[in-house]
Amino acid sequence: MLAVEQKEAFMSVVETRAGEPDSMKMDELSIENTIGKPLLEKKISMHCREVDVFYGDKQAIFDVSLDIGKNEVLAMIGPSGCGKSTFLRCLNRMNDTIASCQVTGSIRLDEEDIYDPKRDVELLRARVGMVFQKPNPFPKSIYENIAYGPRIHGLTRDKVELDEIVENSLVRAGLWKEVKDRLDDVGTGLSGGQQQRLCIARAIAINPEVILMDEPCSALDPIATAVVEELIDELRQRYTIVIVTHSMQQAARVSQRTAYFHLGRLVEVDKTDKIFTNPGHSLTEAYITGRFG
Amino acid sequence: MSDLIKATVKRGQVREAIEQSLIRRRKRNRRFRMLGLAAVMLGMLFLGMMFFSIISKGYSAFVLTEIQLEIYFDAEIVDPEGARSREALTAAAYGKLVKNALRKAFPQVRKRKEKRKLYRLVSTGAEQQLRELVQKDPGIIGTRQKLWLTADDDVDQYYKHGENQSRLKAQQLAWLAQLRARDALRTSFNTNFFSAGDSREPELAGIRGAVVGSFFVILITLGLSLPLGVAAAIYLEEFAPRNRWTDFVEININNLAAVPSIVFGLLGLAVYINFFELPRSAPLVGGLVLTLMTLPTIIIASRAALKSVPPSIREAALGMGASKMQMVFHHVLPLAMPGMLTGAIIGLAQALGETAPLLMIGMVAFIVDVPAGITDPATVLPVQIYLWADSPERAFTEKTSAAIMVLLVFLVLMNLFAIWLRRKFERRWD
Repeated sequence: MLAVEQKEAFMSVVETRAGEPDSMKMDELSIENTIGKPLLEKKISMHCREVDVFYGDKQAIFDVSLDIGKNEVLAMIGPSGCGKSTFLRCLNRMNDTIASCQVTGSIRLDEEDIYDPKRDVELLRARVGMVFQKPNPFPKSIYENIAYGPRIHGLTRDKVELDEIVENSLVRAGLWKEVKDRLDDVGTGLSGGQQQRLCIARAIAINPEVILMDEPCSALDPIATAVVEELIDELRQRYTIVIVTHSMQQAARVSQRTAYFHLGRLVEVDKTDKIFTNPGHSLTEAYITGRFG
Repeated sequence: MSDLIKATVKRGQVREAIEQSLIRRRKRNRRFRMLGLAAVMLGMLFLGMMFFSIISKGYSAFVLTEIQLEIYFDAEIVDPEGARSREALTAAAYGKLVKNALRKAFPQVRKRKEKRKLYRLVSTGAEQQLRELVQKDPGIIGTRQKLWLTADDDVDQYYKHGENQSRLKAQQLAWLAQLRARDALRTSFNTNFFSAGDSREPELAGIRGAVVGSFFVILITLGLSLPLGVAAAIYLEEFAPRNRWTDFVEININNLAAVPSIVFGLLGLAVYINFFELPRSAPLVGGLVLTLMTLPTIIIASRAALKSVPPSIREAALGMGASKMQMVFHHVLPLAMPGMLTGAIIGLAQALGETAPLLMIGMVAFIVDVPAGITDPATVLPVQIYLWADSPERAFTEKTSAAIMVLLVFLVLMNLFAIWLRRKFERRWD
């Protein structure tokens, strides 16, 4: 279905079920109309203003403005296809790998525009790390997986420092005890949950400022999921984390603020408990009460 | 009938219909399997026939008939001045020593015509054998030595295959019988075949020149086509923009892989030999021509190997802040290696057996010397086989088959090496 038809069909559902029509039409959602606190006053890690993303002629993200605070966990929720992953990938310019993708608007990391052509994208990605949906450790040894980042960015002078970085990363990712005796084993031989923690360890080995996580637990079993969620809580002390998740319960468990995306627009963003107990926008309410998914 | 009974009957009919069709299906499956088996057996049969015909004709080339004679290294013939100088030792008429020994073995031979027939029993290569012995150890001058000398190819063929169509006259056969009675006739392993270059005399002809020529050609082909092919594949797959120009290049590469190889030979003749004036018949030119021929195969195989690397690995590397170059060389290339190597070795094995393009650039001449470098005139193994197959002498028939066996062994070894390499890399990255 076209986005327009989807919008209309969906709006009629909201109208019938909610009882009274929503006064705010979809096209009027903008920074002024986004509910809650998209812009923060306190310490900010990244700001995004009026971001539009196009895949060829098709527009996927419409005029999103959002601040990401330092050392907070920001969860992005919303129905499938609403653009959360697309938006996440803009934050570390991974959308550059898609030829037809165009990003307009401003995204700044610490006051520097990340899309400035004079800036190195490799440096950006060293400061903004990413963990993917399906764990993808390199088919090399566990040690090499972690050592790769520091090595290519020239962060270490000798093997001793490298060993230290590898150990620290694995400790912080909660994986050290399980693998310290087999650092030379191939990374792909670990279980799913361990592989994802290895990917997290790999991301933190180069000491980024922000870690982007794209549905990190969707391929894991519940126990591994619980371990990773606990890890996210610990990581918050050193890093800013933006996590895209399909599970509202997960967003409620791990995040401080939650942003609700719908059909490429940012509808509402606020403190997590407020979003889940007393959402401001009826679309948010419809989503979290399970009227659509 | 009630509905229930109707339904039951219908079900029964349906089941029967299915069972009937099952019988037909099973028969068809069995026929198909038999057909497949028959095809495989037919293939194996032809393969067996080919191997049998080659091996049965060729195995006798690996042994050589020798005649034992007592040679007196007469100092007057070998070193008349007594100075033991190198020039004198090289230039001496060793043939006379052989003739003397033959006359001594058969003292009853008097008439000149008969003597000529007698001398023809021993190969002309025996002179070289004696020369080498003296050069190695001049101390044997003046001594008598019992030596095994290479027999002439007529004797060789007679001894190995019998009197049928032998060119030997009755008298020669009688002498050979006498030699045999004295235990002075034997066959031994034919080292000449592997150590000597081509020769007009079949008993002296060997494949060494061709093998060295093939080796140089393959070395150049490998050295040029592998880096160029891999680099081109990496560029086309990872870095090139997708536009009409790159599409055009890709179509052309695919078409080049299907061009008949003799066309590359014509190209080599026109460009390398006429325009760049490179030496004709040299392995250098042969290697350049075969590089052009193997390049499309390597590019296509390498691109397929690169495409098969999962995008998740690429994204992981880029997400770490690796540059595109780093991603390709540190992550994608090692994973694509097995496919690339397999493609390369298959391409090279094809190149090893190529004859037509090399004929065009002149590697078909009769070359006696073993080439020392890549600019010396040379020939390659398939061309050598072609030249020997063309020769009217009967002795060359077995040599042709023996050379084919050697070529097949090389090809099998190369393919086994490709398989081993591929297994080795796959295990490491799994």
